[in-house]
Amino acid sequence: MFAYIVRRILATIPVMAIVALFVFSLLYIAPGDPAAVIAGDQATPADVERIRASLGLDRPFVVRFGEWVFRIIQGDLGLSIFTNLPVTRMIAQRIEPTLSLMVVTLVLAITIAVPMGVVAAWKSGSLIDRMVMGFAVLGFSVPVFVVGYLLAYVFALELDWLPVQGYTPISNGLWPWFQNLILPAVALGGVYIALIARITRATMMEILQQDYIRTARAKGAGQTTILFLHALKNAAVPIVTIIGIGLAGLIGGAVVTESVFAIPGLGRLTVDAILRRDYPVIQGVILLFSFVYVLVNLLIDLSYTLFDPRIRY
Amino acid sequence: MFRRQLIGGAASVAMASSLPRFAVAQRRDARVLKFIAQSDLAVVDPIITTAYVSRNHAYMVWDTLYGFDENYKPSPQMVEGHVVEDDGKRITMTLRDGLKFHDGEPVRARDAVASIRRWGVRDALGQVLFSQLDELSAPDDKTIVFRLKKPFPLLFEALAKPATPVCFIMPERLAKTDPGTAIREVIGSGPFRFKADERVAGSRVVYEKFADYVPRASGTPSWTAGPKHVNFDRVEWHVMPDAATAAAALQNGEMDWWEQPTGDLQPMLRRSRDIVLEIPDPTGLCGMARFNHLHPPFNNPAIRRALLGAVSQEDYMTSVIGTDRSLWRENVGFFPPETPLASDAGMEALTSPRDYDKVKRDLAAAGYKGEKVVLIAASDFPSLNALAQVGNDMLTKAGMNVEFVSTDWGSVVQRRASKEPVEKGGWSMFFTFWAGLDMFNPGVQQALRGHGQAAWFGWPTAPKLEELRNAWFEAPDAAGQKAVGRDIQLQAFQDVPYLPVGQYFQATAYRRDLTGVLKGLPLFWNVKRA
Repeated sequence: MFAYIVRRILATIPVMAIVALFVFSLLYIAPGDPAAVIAGDQATPADVERIRASLGLDRPFVVRFGEWVFRIIQGDLGLSIFTNLPVTRMIAQRIEPTLSLMVVTLVLAITIAVPMGVVAAWKSGSLIDRMVMGFAVLGFSVPVFVVGYLLAYVFALELDWLPVQGYTPISNGLWPWFQNLILPAVALGGVYIALIARITRATMMEILQQDYIRTARAKGAGQTTILFLHALKNAAVPIVTIIGIGLAGLIGGAVVTESVFAIPGLGRLTVDAILRRDYPVIQGVILLFSFVYVLVNLLIDLSYTLFDPRIRY
Repeated sequence: MFRRQLIGGAASVAMASSLPRFAVAQRRDARVLKFIAQSDLAVVDPIITTAYVSRNHAYMVWDTLYGFDENYKPSPQMVEGHVVEDDGKRITMTLRDGLKFHDGEPVRARDAVASIRRWGVRDALGQVLFSQLDELSAPDDKTIVFRLKKPFPLLFEALAKPATPVCFIMPERLAKTDPGTAIREVIGSGPFRFKADERVAGSRVVYEKFADYVPRASGTPSWTAGPKHVNFDRVEWHVMPDAATAAAALQNGEMDWWEQPTGDLQPMLRRSRDIVLEIPDPTGLCGMARFNHLHPPFNNPAIRRALLGAVSQEDYMTSVIGTDRSLWRENVGFFPPETPLASDAGMEALTSPRDYDKVKRDLAAAGYKGEKVVLIAASDFPSLNALAQVGNDMLTKAGMNVEFVSTDWGSVVQRRASKEPVEKGGWSMFFTFWAGLDMFNPGVQQALRGHGQAAWFGWPTAPKLEELRNAWFEAPDAAGQKAVGRDIQLQAFQDVPYLPVGQYFQATAYRRDLTGVLKGLPLFWNVKRA
């Protein structure tokens, strides 16, 4: 197991190197000029040239790439072209809101979706099953921003129960922190709940047909024990896999959710950086996302051993 | 628009109104002003960029030697006064007592001199000033001396104008930074201190009242002129990329002030009893279709002139801000209406009946042979996209061979720098808006210049326009300037450096409990909570 983990961690190095080269090259050939954006609309071509030279954007690809890689090896992601702030500081400022949003969404989604899927499988074909599946279709079909706007209108504007926007750090208190995350997490969680509920239902239906379930019933096991102890544990591997895969979707959805609820997270940082061509920030954030994705996949693979003792690394 | 309608449609969730309201959402602190800025403050250096958001930020942190009032007149701000000698060729300014930077250092004349020099490299009016300057010096800590080759009547206006870049006074050590390199430290002597440690780039900027700021003892606050009394301990700028969220935050009191509410949400805000909606800047935003003068077909002035007959400013402005005529204006020439140089000279080119058949005939007579017109459009700015869509329709109806390139602003600003022909990645036309203050006179109006390769993107060569610009600098008084302004507009209708496509007014919205909100720009002194 330990050797496997080390092997997988070492395997992330070439993956990250390829991502780094790909991202840098893509940004180099992509249209756009940060110097022109910095200078502003009224600036003359001479002003833009002066800024471009001062930023070193007129230097050859190889020189710029070499410098960037050299800095990254030292753990330095460079300075934002626009704000002059270290990219690591900008990312550090944005990690907490995004992480908070994802954790709350994940907890919310798993807490709701897994029991929903289990009950739907248990009551397959019933009204409850149809309602769960109807909700799942709705969750997939309605865009995050629509749900977000509706929630904001009802719970913030009309009822005044929750804030419309913003983020409060957890250091300012658990309730203020959570208060700001309820609406975004519900909005973002819709698709995720639908996805997990559907997979849980499908897997559970298959498991519930197995012989050992019939045996458990024959031995007098209660319905709750059968569903959550015997069936759900055996259905866990595909459910955990889909939770991991869905995490990528969650990152994408966070971009929209963070915009709708004005949460200063990594999603907004990425979009802003792309629109401005703030290369160091784009490169830093994409490297981070790639690393997180590789790490999540590793954790999911390792978690299989908890649910299925036959799996060994 | 669909998203906005959804919000409106959500009103049908009537059950919400019957449920109890618990005021658990965030509430305002009376000493904190929360402001939704037009965009993120990406660049904190107001000299390196012409972005308005950076200029607005700079007015909080830095001060200017002269302010600019609602009558477009300069008046002393950091200076106690000035003396004009030697037939206007020697101007001596004296700094006010008690001026201090946020790091505790006193403001000295040499700080002002270094700041003026840095600004003078970037600013068009500043460049003219320096071309007429023999010496700029600081003989002591309080005195700034300009020795000119010949009188420069626009000196005070140049130092006061709020058109970007503004002549802000920075500490000498910052002002000595190369004008092409952004300063790293935000230290000014203005009424607010920049809280660098609380800045979340792209989301929040925080300022606190500068306790040691000494406002002018007399005068009336008007635009950037007059005393700057601060009534809030802290001002927070928030960035909200989504307009519906910004509107909701203003409506439920989470925010106090939204700088630029979008046109489609203004009717809703106007209906609210808690919100004031008003037009702060009477010079508005003026739209233009900029030609590339280097390549066919728009290197031909007759073709550019022919298109004047196709411009319907009403169509352009309706597409941008809607049908409410109080929010836009047509019959806009090369200077914003109701500003000192605005006139009716040559305006029949834009006000005569629109006739596409005549435009086609004029284009043919001018020698248009179906050359490709590449129109580059920024689809990520709704107002610019709207202009470009109408422009595309106009050119097509005029019978031109149009290639419409829809991209983002970042790509537009890169591509417009290309001097190549369209076959090699060049361009023929793009649309943009400039604040009226930046088109106010030939000193600040870059798009009216005709100095060829050195000119603003599009690079028109128009020697007569340049001559007239120089004549405007020489004009002895307002009447003389006005007369030259008429000639400039007449000449502009001949050279057509760009097509004027109308003017619209950007409203600002704030909670009714705010009073003393000044006009002109978003300014944070004088304003208080009732």
